[in-house]
Amino acid sequence: MTATLNQPTPVAATQVMGLGAYRPTEIVDNEQICQWIDSSDEWIRKRTGIQTRHRAPADVSVTDMAEGAAREALEQAGLQGSDLDAVIISTVTHPFQTPSAAADLAHRLGATPAAAFDVSAACAGYCYGVAQADALVRSGLAEHVLVIGAEKLSDFIDNHERTISFLLGDGAGAVVIGPSATPGISPSIIRSNGEKWETISMESSLLNFRDTLAEARRAQDASALLDTENRLWPTLRQEGQTVFRWAVWEMAKVAQEALDVAGITADDLSAFVPHQANIRIIDEMVKQLELPESVLVGRDIVDAGNTSAASIPLALHRLAKENPEISGGYALQIGFGAGLVYGAQVIRIP
Amino acid sequence: MADKNEILAGLAEIVNEETGLETEEVQLDKSFTEDLDIDSISMMTIVVNAEEKFDVKIPDEEVKNLSTVGDAVDFIANAQG
Repeated sequence: MTATLNQPTPVAATQVMGLGAYRPTEIVDNEQICQWIDSSDEWIRKRTGIQTRHRAPADVSVTDMAEGAAREALEQAGLQGSDLDAVIISTVTHPFQTPSAAADLAHRLGATPAAAFDVSAACAGYCYGVAQADALVRSGLAEHVLVIGAEKLSDFIDNHERTISFLLGDGAGAVVIGPSATPGISPSIIRSNGEKWETISMESSLLNFRDTLAEARRAQDASALLDTENRLWPTLRQEGQTVFRWAVWEMAKVAQEALDVAGITADDLSAFVPHQANIRIIDEMVKQLELPESVLVGRDIVDAGNTSAASIPLALHRLAKENPEISGGYALQIGFGAGLVYGAQVIRIP
Repeated sequence: MADKNEILAGLAEIVNEETGLETEEVQLDKSFTEDLDIDSISMMTIVVNAEEKFDVKIPDEEVKNLSTVGDAVDFIANAQG
């Protein structure tokens, strides 16, 4: 007779136990942006809602920002690094293919030998990370999981292009997820649509950059080299109109579905925290979802710009700090971005 | 099925709702960007609302061809065809 395998013992419920944020001190306003692109403060505010964005200096890395956010989230959760069983960093701007930012961070926090890995799901990365952490804890495979959205997008933009760079900022937001006596995280929706792979994308690949650089060196053409560096370093682009349409009308349906599978309605929410892509996407989603006025809406984009995977936990952290009365209430969060990928769930605000 | 005058009137209501422009200003020869000062994001909102109102599909790649109100009215009329 074959021996029976052990499997982990599931736990019934999970929750977000702590929130943390890291915002770089360097602030870039629209006047500075207009040195690079032909635009105006008014134009940028009207079309995006953005007034400033934070950008990290050269000596502050994705992992440094993640650490700042992580330490605050651990403190609120009443935990130490050694209590963690897994560390997940959602990022598309950690500048090493390998090793992961998460392994470095786990070590810095004293979490070794916790599992550590990065998630590449762009602006949906945080919601993907929460889904993963929730599954790890509920399955019994981990007790406490740290999830961080951390981005240094300023390393991967071209200040002179007009589709996306001026929207983007740097920062990190963190949550600690652990077991709970009552349900604190709803079933997550995590999906993709690769048919629209090119609508938000790097303009070139690292291989393209390497090969063109090598060619310029061989030809000993310094001007070509300079041109190459300006043109081919991989930076982000988007098809704004297509993304806007998808983000508002498709994602509003997904947000509604997340409420439905959570078994609650918009009236039960304390907060709505969508990815901070554009204030007009946020406002249109609020309209589509017919949210009651009592629901607080994350609008951190005004000061922080679009920080990809960091935007939802940063906005959630700010809402919770500025409105302590929403502690214990439900927040609907939805992330969507390059892939295209999207993710959503309802959490109980710690 | 609506005739072109009905489509124009319906479109004018949608534009009014999105931008606050008076419906009388929305005429066939008016350019969305040049005359009505409608940006790309508002244009998408108008397109999606028009799809719903007139029960037609206006693909993303078609939107850039709709430079005047008349272009949009013709497209909707043909799509309803």
